Amino acid sequence: MSVAHGEHEAYQPIFTAGSARRKELDDVLSRYPTKMAALLPALWMVQHEHGWVSDDGMAEVADALELTPAYVKGVVTFYTMYHQHPVGRHFIQVCTTSPCNVCGAEAVVDSFLKHTGCQELGQTSPDGRFTVIEVECLGACGFATPIMINEDFIESVTPETVPEILAGLK
Amino acid sequence: MGYPHKSHDREAAVLSKHFGEKEAITLDGWKKRGGYTALKKALDMTPADIVNIVKESGLRGRGGAGFPTGIKWSFMKPGDGKPHYLCCNADESEPGTFKDREIMRWTPHALIEGCAVGSYAIGAETCYIYIRGEFTECIKTVEAGLKECYAAGILGTNAMGTGKTINIYVHRGAGAYICGEETAMMNSIEGRRGNPRIKPPFPAVSGVFAQPTTINNVETLAAVPHILNNGAAWYKQWMRPDNPKSTGTKLYSVCGNIQKPGNYEVAMGFPFKDFLYDLCGGPLPGRKFKAIIPGGISVPIQTVAEAEASLMDYEGFVANGTMLGSGGVIIIDDAQNLVKQIARAARFFAHESCAQCTQCREGTAWTTKILERIVAGEGTHEDLDTLLDIGEQMTGKTICVLSDSCAVPVSSGIQKFRADFEALIKKKKVYPVPAVA
Repeated sequence: MSVAHGEHEAYQPIFTAGSARRKELDDVLSRYPTKMAALLPALWMVQHEHGWVSDDGMAEVADALELTPAYVKGVVTFYTMYHQHPVGRHFIQVCTTSPCNVCGAEAVVDSFLKHTGCQELGQTSPDGRFTVIEVECLGACGFATPIMINEDFIESVTPETVPEILAGLK
Repeated sequence: MGYPHKSHDREAAVLSKHFGEKEAITLDGWKKRGGYTALKKALDMTPADIVNIVKESGLRGRGGAGFPTGIKWSFMKPGDGKPHYLCCNADESEPGTFKDREIMRWTPHALIEGCAVGSYAIGAETCYIYIRGEFTECIKTVEAGLKECYAAGILGTNAMGTGKTINIYVHRGAGAYICGEETAMMNSIEGRRGNPRIKPPFPAVSGVFAQPTTINNVETLAAVPHILNNGAAWYKQWMRPDNPKSTGTKLYSVCGNIQKPGNYEVAMGFPFKDFLYDLCGGPLPGRKFKAIIPGGISVPIQTVAEAEASLMDYEGFVANGTMLGSGGVIIIDDAQNLVKQIARAARFFAHESCAQCTQCREGTAWTTKILERIVAGEGTHEDLDTLLDIGEQMTGKTICVLSDSCAVPVSSGIQKFRADFEALIKKKKVYPVPAVA
């Protein structure tokens, strides 16, 4: 994931004719009988390029798939993984649902908040590097506590291993 | 073999046999292990013959509902002139469940082969594997496996040189538990919000893109090639002699407060007590099991005595007042605040409700608020009756069963562990009432 763009920077379209993302989108479109079906994949592409899905990003996707921006926004707001605001360079999601909770997941969250300098859940650290959130069941309950940092999955995290994990991030 | 542990001699490793073997992830490695012989065989058979073998094997859906797979496939009418679709449900999001994840991580070709056989059997030329957005590793492995298959001519417009078309694509979810509900998943594939649809029409009549569709779980599809290779009778060796309704092997994910969490594969009808103590090593040192949820957080919670008496198959769990569900075994021990964990489970459902039905949107939210109030020491005895009442209003009244799923752990928790709730309520802080002048 690239660095999150600020809200005031001009939006850089990604589906311009001849671009790699345009080619990727055309390939995705060939898999479905409708254009609308490419909406989730297209939104993923926007998020991978820009770090989040802005209103401009939604408008570009709407245009590419012949949908209205309002419709696209309705879909974006349904799915928790699309960021509707810029987030830290390292977006950290800690699973705290019951199976991980009984194994001490809340202490892992506290450790991340402490070591990243994020004041509270959902806030980005002052240096813009980290955002920490609690996430509902990551589907790796036997490897408590699992976390995700951007697209990377890390299993069996404990409060003690948090500093080491953070030290490995730029 | 239950990754990450070494295989226990009482396990029946069919699907999990190659977990942990890096070579098995690749097409060559998978072929060395007998991969794609079932697909080759299937493409020489008629779809009806495949459906009959699967029917005969007794294979039932492994995602939670346990519907007989062969019968589900037989709802897809051949020659109706419509495009058929197969959707593989890899949205594994039920708390406590992480078996499909291991199938996709270690044996992506087992799933791909199952999808290809399933597609052919129901007359579908297109299959979508809907993988939850968080499973980045699974998405990478399955996509790499698909790429290998297209390059080797196993998939595509001339699958294995037979002239038949089988296309399989990965569709990535974006963080929504409800998309594991089959009609919500179809909406999500179509590029819509993941709201479940009213049934009927059932997917076999009008599914994804309003065409006949079958939805199967990862584990179900991965079992199909084994059944084709070895026959229906072979698959039925794993069952209780007195219960022919549950056949084959089942993967269980074990998590929570137990010695050896992980995946285990055992025969249908395996004694749950032996499973918990012999295979999974029993409770942590100095602790005792307090409550056990055998099939993912949506099924009724049990006392240890109830759980220990269960036999592990669809009917065995039902006979003891719970369900096999997705096979996600969650163990909560005596060091935990059980009420807090039930409140946490309710919060999960409140977060994941799609909010289209009032009973679910309001019910999950209020259940969570009341439970969190009890945990905070602010509860009253009336709260327990209110929770049971809300639970009743949330059951059987909505489009899908997410609402029911929230009510189940709460209602069964209050029924079986009422003393734990009352102990928290008794500690209630008493605020002095100012005297009226």
